[in-house]
Amino acid sequence: MDCEMLLTPTPFEDRINGWTDVGEVILEVRGLRKYFPLTRGFWKRTVGYIRAVDGVSFFIREGETLGLVGESGCGKTTLGKCVLRLIEPTAGEVWFKTREGRRVELTKLGLEELKSMRREMRMIFQDPFSSLNPRLTVMEIVGEPMKIHRLAQGRALEERVRELLEMVGLKAQHMRRYPYEFSGGQRQRIVIARALASNPRLIVADEPVSALDVSVQAQILNLLEDLKSEFHLTYLFISHDLSVVQHVSDRVAVMYLGRLVELGDTEAVYFTPKHPYTEALLSAIPRVDRRKKVDRILLKGDVPSPLHSPSGCRFHPRCRYAEKVCIQEEPELRNVGNSHYVACHFAERLALRGVEIDACG
Amino acid sequence: MTEKRTMRVAVNVVEAERGKSYVQLVWRNFKKNRMGLLGGVIIVTLAFLSLFAPFFAPHDYYKLDADKAYRPPQRIRFFDAEGKFHWRPFVYDLKLDIDPVTFSRIYREDTSKPLYIRFFVRGWEYQIFGFRSTLHLFGVEEGSIHLLGTDRLGRDLLGRILHGGRVSLTIALFGAVVTVILGSILGALSGYYGGFVDMLVQRAVEVLQSFPQLPLWMALTAALPRTWSSLQVFVCMVVIFSFLNWPMLAREIRGKVLSLREQDFIVAVKEMGGSNSRAIFRHLLPNCLSHMIVVLTISIPELILMESVLSFLGLGIQPPMISWGVLLQGAQRIEVIGLYPWVMFPCAFIILAVLGFNFLGDGLRDAADPYSVRRSY
Repeated sequence: MDCEMLLTPTPFEDRINGWTDVGEVILEVRGLRKYFPLTRGFWKRTVGYIRAVDGVSFFIREGETLGLVGESGCGKTTLGKCVLRLIEPTAGEVWFKTREGRRVELTKLGLEELKSMRREMRMIFQDPFSSLNPRLTVMEIVGEPMKIHRLAQGRALEERVRELLEMVGLKAQHMRRYPYEFSGGQRQRIVIARALASNPRLIVADEPVSALDVSVQAQILNLLEDLKSEFHLTYLFISHDLSVVQHVSDRVAVMYLGRLVELGDTEAVYFTPKHPYTEALLSAIPRVDRRKKVDRILLKGDVPSPLHSPSGCRFHPRCRYAEKVCIQEEPELRNVGNSHYVACHFAERLALRGVEIDACG
Repeated sequence: MTEKRTMRVAVNVVEAERGKSYVQLVWRNFKKNRMGLLGGVIIVTLAFLSLFAPFFAPHDYYKLDADKAYRPPQRIRFFDAEGKFHWRPFVYDLKLDIDPVTFSRIYREDTSKPLYIRFFVRGWEYQIFGFRSTLHLFGVEEGSIHLLGTDRLGRDLLGRILHGGRVSLTIALFGAVVTVILGSILGALSGYYGGFVDMLVQRAVEVLQSFPQLPLWMALTAALPRTWSSLQVFVCMVVIFSFLNWPMLAREIRGKVLSLREQDFIVAVKEMGGSNSRAIFRHLLPNCLSHMIVVLTISIPELILMESVLSFLGLGIQPPMISWGVLLQGAQRIEVIGLYPWVMFPCAFIILAVLGFNFLGDGLRDAADPYSVRRSY
């Protein structure tokens, strides 16, 4: 199978540029795809492609938090890494607005230019245990981005590390310690300090709290919020935890099997979802109030393999509203009013249930 | 009471604040391992003895003396022939005699006069680190003392063994160090880059490992020109040892790097904009350090044995240079071993060194990884 053949643009991909009302966009992603070749045998023959990310388009405004939710395995992390080019995307464009206001296309940058961009776009990793080198002290870890980009050295570097550690709520005198001497929450603070070290403007937070205790989660989320307003950061916040995403995001994108199925303001998506998948997801949010009878929508079957995505709408085998057209035609991500984008043929017709206002706030 | 407790807490905090360095952490764990400590003591002692070999040798071990050939070791005594106790240890000198029946040379103890052992005596002149000296740890005033006997040419075996340790230990040490450097860098490159580089390195490993080891060693060392000086041969031996030894380590380091490079902290290097060499040398290799240390201490005894084997066969170090293997050449004939078993003494030192390094390696294996990530939430 030829990879190029798979890459013929779907008809709606370019028309999504209908978003004109967007204001200051810091990051715009157009038709991003990542296909992992699946090889077999001694000669590494390619027998197929895993479409981890399959034509995703969205934008993030400056100072905004875009939440990206979806089941595990739907391509969230791959998308985040492709945006930062930690994984080379197969196709698509990623436009980033630099500090000087220049718009650059990240996927076409050379290594040197990309390195200078890496100062401005940073990542917070999911697992604070594997994302810190156990052999380095906190000082060396947090100072490393500044060394790489030659931002500071010697006393100035130490001073800056001190400042960063205090900023994220750690004691500066702990900077000579090793990661194993810290708890999970503290480690994640170190990771955040490292991300802030190069004065970034965009941070891709890949499930920053899912490896942490619930009590610590709240602290880290609050820290992220505080840092955001203090340094005018923009977040792409990836998570599978719907309540966390609702708490931090200005807008939310819902991903299913490598594609966005819904994108809109947080309230709109949570209270008036337009896509059946979003509805099912939202009904699965755990509630504290046990008196209220919860009517969960249980999806049939499992997530299909991204190796053989279903025809038409990818959600149709599990969708309880599916009709014939869903099997044949792939719905495009279209604006259904107020910049609420949905990829469903029946977005206007269906009356879907969102979260109840009092259920989570 | 409360005050006291606060103070203690404060002290603890200060103590913990310092953050122990890698060496400190390894030492803390290593101390607990008795066998490891014993191995360390053996190695340090051997190294010290060989380094200052002339100081510990009462006689010039390069001097030939046909009259003293194959003298058996002299016993250190406190009681003389009459059973009288002496406070100062002494030896009896040996007199050469001819057996009236077999006409072979035998040595008889001359019990008429005890030779008292004196410490820090002046004796033959030697040079060490550019300093000339005549000071020796022990010696006798007249006559001679050969605690481990003499060889075919009447040279003091103790001095020769100690001196031979220099070559045997350094050749093994250098060989192991070069092995570790070569193996870990090639292994890390292979694991980190994968693809073509990996293929190349791994095929090289397979080719080298598919040769039968001993014949290959022999062929390579036999290929060294006879006209080369001892030092050139020495350097070449180191190169050959490490050339044949790196594949094992390269495999192991590759495996380790393969698992490490999927860890987020390596992805983070790329994410920060760091180069590949930063990822390899600053992040990957330091995390393989414990493995490298262990391989270092395990391959040293192998190399000591290998050097002995090759030198024993006359393929390695060439005499005038002395190594344990060279010394064992004197024990190649069965009648020599039967008549003069003390020429086998270098074996004891080889065994001691090999055991010492193995104990040390075992101890270090457990201690060298103090940062093993403790996953506790």
